[in-house]
Amino acid sequence: MSASEPALLRVEGLTTRFGPVLANDAVGLDVRAGEIHALLGENGAGKTTLMNVLFGLVEPDAGTMLLRGQPYRPSGPSDAIRVGIGMVHQHFMLIPSFTVIENVVLGSEPTDRLALDLTTARAELARLSAAYGLEVDPDALVRDLPVGVQQRVEILKALYRKADILILDEPTAVLAPPEVEQLFGVMRGLAAGGRAVIFISHKLREVLTVADRITVLRRGRVVGTVRPAEATEQSLATMMVGRPVELVVEKGPARPGAHVLRVEGLRVLDQRGSVVVDGVDLTIRAGEIVGVAGVEGNGQTELVEALAGLRSVRDGRITVLGADLTGAGPRDLAKHGVSHIPEDRHKYGLVLAHPLSDNLVLSRYDRPPFAAWLRRTFSAVRRYAARLIAEYDVRTASVQAQTGTLSGGNQQKAVVARELSTGPRLLIAAQPTRGVDVGATELIHRRLIAARDGGAAVLLVSSELDELLAVADRLVVMYRGRITAELDAATANREALGLLIAGGADVTTRAT
Amino acid sequence: MVDIVVALLAISIVKSTPLVLGALSGTVSERSGIVNIAIEGMMLAAAFAGFAVAIQSGSLLIGLLAAMLSGALLALLHAVLTVRFAVDQIISGTAINVLAVGLTGFFNRQLFATGAPPGAMVLPRLHVPVLGDVPVLGPILFQHQPLTILAVVLVVVLHYALFRTRWGLRTRAVGEHPLAADTVGIDVGRLRTANVVLGGVLAGLGGAYFTLESVPHFEPLMTNGRGFIALAAMIFGKWTPLGAWGAALLFGLTEALPVTLQIQGLAVPYQLVGMLPYVLTIVVVAGLVGRAHAPAAVGVPYVKGQRS
Repeated sequence: MSASEPALLRVEGLTTRFGPVLANDAVGLDVRAGEIHALLGENGAGKTTLMNVLFGLVEPDAGTMLLRGQPYRPSGPSDAIRVGIGMVHQHFMLIPSFTVIENVVLGSEPTDRLALDLTTARAELARLSAAYGLEVDPDALVRDLPVGVQQRVEILKALYRKADILILDEPTAVLAPPEVEQLFGVMRGLAAGGRAVIFISHKLREVLTVADRITVLRRGRVVGTVRPAEATEQSLATMMVGRPVELVVEKGPARPGAHVLRVEGLRVLDQRGSVVVDGVDLTIRAGEIVGVAGVEGNGQTELVEALAGLRSVRDGRITVLGADLTGAGPRDLAKHGVSHIPEDRHKYGLVLAHPLSDNLVLSRYDRPPFAAWLRRTFSAVRRYAARLIAEYDVRTASVQAQTGTLSGGNQQKAVVARELSTGPRLLIAAQPTRGVDVGATELIHRRLIAARDGGAAVLLVSSELDELLAVADRLVVMYRGRITAELDAATANREALGLLIAGGADVTTRAT
Repeated sequence: MVDIVVALLAISIVKSTPLVLGALSGTVSERSGIVNIAIEGMMLAAAFAGFAVAIQSGSLLIGLLAAMLSGALLALLHAVLTVRFAVDQIISGTAINVLAVGLTGFFNRQLFATGAPPGAMVLPRLHVPVLGDVPVLGPILFQHQPLTILAVVLVVVLHYALFRTRWGLRTRAVGEHPLAADTVGIDVGRLRTANVVLGGVLAGLGGAYFTLESVPHFEPLMTNGRGFIALAAMIFGKWTPLGAWGAALLFGLTEALPVTLQIQGLAVPYQLVGMLPYVLTIVVVAGLVGRAHAPAAVGVPYVKGQRS
């Protein structure tokens, strides 16, 4: 591929505003046939907005787009689909109660007189599945399929519509490492077949592995386009953030002390009554960080909810510092020194409509010094909030700002600030850096390690292997509701861990 | 004995007609994601409009068209409010119900202050050739007035359409996951509007039953909660036309029972049997609402381009 080769898609001076927010600021991009073009940037850098503009979901305020040399201005996804642009959204656009084939044909249904003609569609689907190694059962209900297979359905949906520019928005976020490898194989096959693949990611390693070219976005602007051979993880991170960042936080060896958390034979059910945590035993000592590795949906969410008092325990026992807290509510747990950074900060972590200061004292607004008898002491709340904001570098207009107006990273820093500022004996951190930029990730990692060094027991649940390997001292692998392996984080091998979380056995570890 | 059962079932079919049409109205609307609790009001308006226009024009057919049109117009209002302006669907539906009561009451006093004019007629009873002659089934299903037969035909047609055609697939998609439908190029707002208006036409036919088929006059509030019972039938029938039909027949049976008992001369207080449809509605709705699976996106306005 030479530099003079004409671009399949060229974007120039594209600007998109959401109210006062400049999501894309004079963005330029060119994408060629047969390449995997990575779009790298932190959350909020404008990657998804740019793709939504390409796909006709968002209308830009200024700029031009040329597709095969022709002006292109979609007024909706149907325009984008017609000219051969396909998009696999980060949150799948599949209808759970429909079958695979129904999802694939939706919007482009072949018909035989009045009736849907699924026979023709089935044949076409089978051909595409075979050509690109994307096997699916056309009559399976989408809601019964694992996420990896649902993603295949999404890709097939785009190919069925004859997409020759395929946009994949954070496609690896939901996949286990072996599935990621498989996806990369599919992407390479598509590019080799002359299609252009736009790969959106914030994961440096993946971008360097699979992309032919990498365009980096920061705060809505293009910082530059580089080839993987010319880049390193460090140089890409610096481009993304705008300053050198520590990708791996320095930490000393753990000095584990007394047992803090002891979980014995824990069984937890999900909403539908199936066992999702199946006999988990776990202990954490003061001064150590135990990481829970696993592909999402293997019971980690429910384990955390049970430990945080948000979900009832079917069987088993949870003790914290000798006190039996099985079935205790969040308030009781907080009194025993348990803090919780929830996986979903919008649902459990913050009241978005309330001022930031109230959120920072959410676990103890009713106690001195924040309240006296029935009255709240607002001056104390404000002083305390101002201190935390400074200490945790939460960027906000004021302590009174409505919490929902903060960026995701700053919201998360506020949750971390609240949970750590109480001096917890046990900290449960679930996906603490999800949707958070590299800078905030660095700060959160430092704080978790500082809490450990201060004598707290830390449970870190994450779907990011790199995060677990960098921050945790000891790792347990969760697969189908059970702990299937336990290993030392310092000596753990990334590839072996990847296989373990995908359900593979590893003879070198204790497997049950 | 066979005669009594046949008569009971035939009357059930007749009594279920507005419920079937109302439940179909609810099904096409809710399957696309719009709750329509204004079926009651649409039926009432259609009952009046059908009657008044039939009297003025002297044609039952024109009256029937007027009934459908009035249902469609109120439905269009509902669609504009809920789709275009994302008004809460329950609020909009309630407003339309109140509006229909007011409008029909007012025009009824204006036009028919001295009572209904003489000479009003109802649609003639049909005897479907061949099918009407089948023993047992013929009298139950195929010897009725046209709306009753049409309702049964529509059940089959709409069931096929909802599960076997492009329109049906798209309708269900828009009711389950409108954003997903949007990303494959389906115009969510337009499809929802079309379905709500189609629902209005069906509710209009249901309303026409009261004044053009059942009795040749109009009374204020004569729909008497049938629009709401129809919604219960829709839920009981799991948002499918065939299921809704079965449920509506059950409700029809509870209405037919007192009539049949009276004909047979059995001394059961009519107030007691008259309660049955309403008691059954409460049982069905209270017993099933938790378990029945409504379309996932029903009641939620779809606002395009919203940042999630």
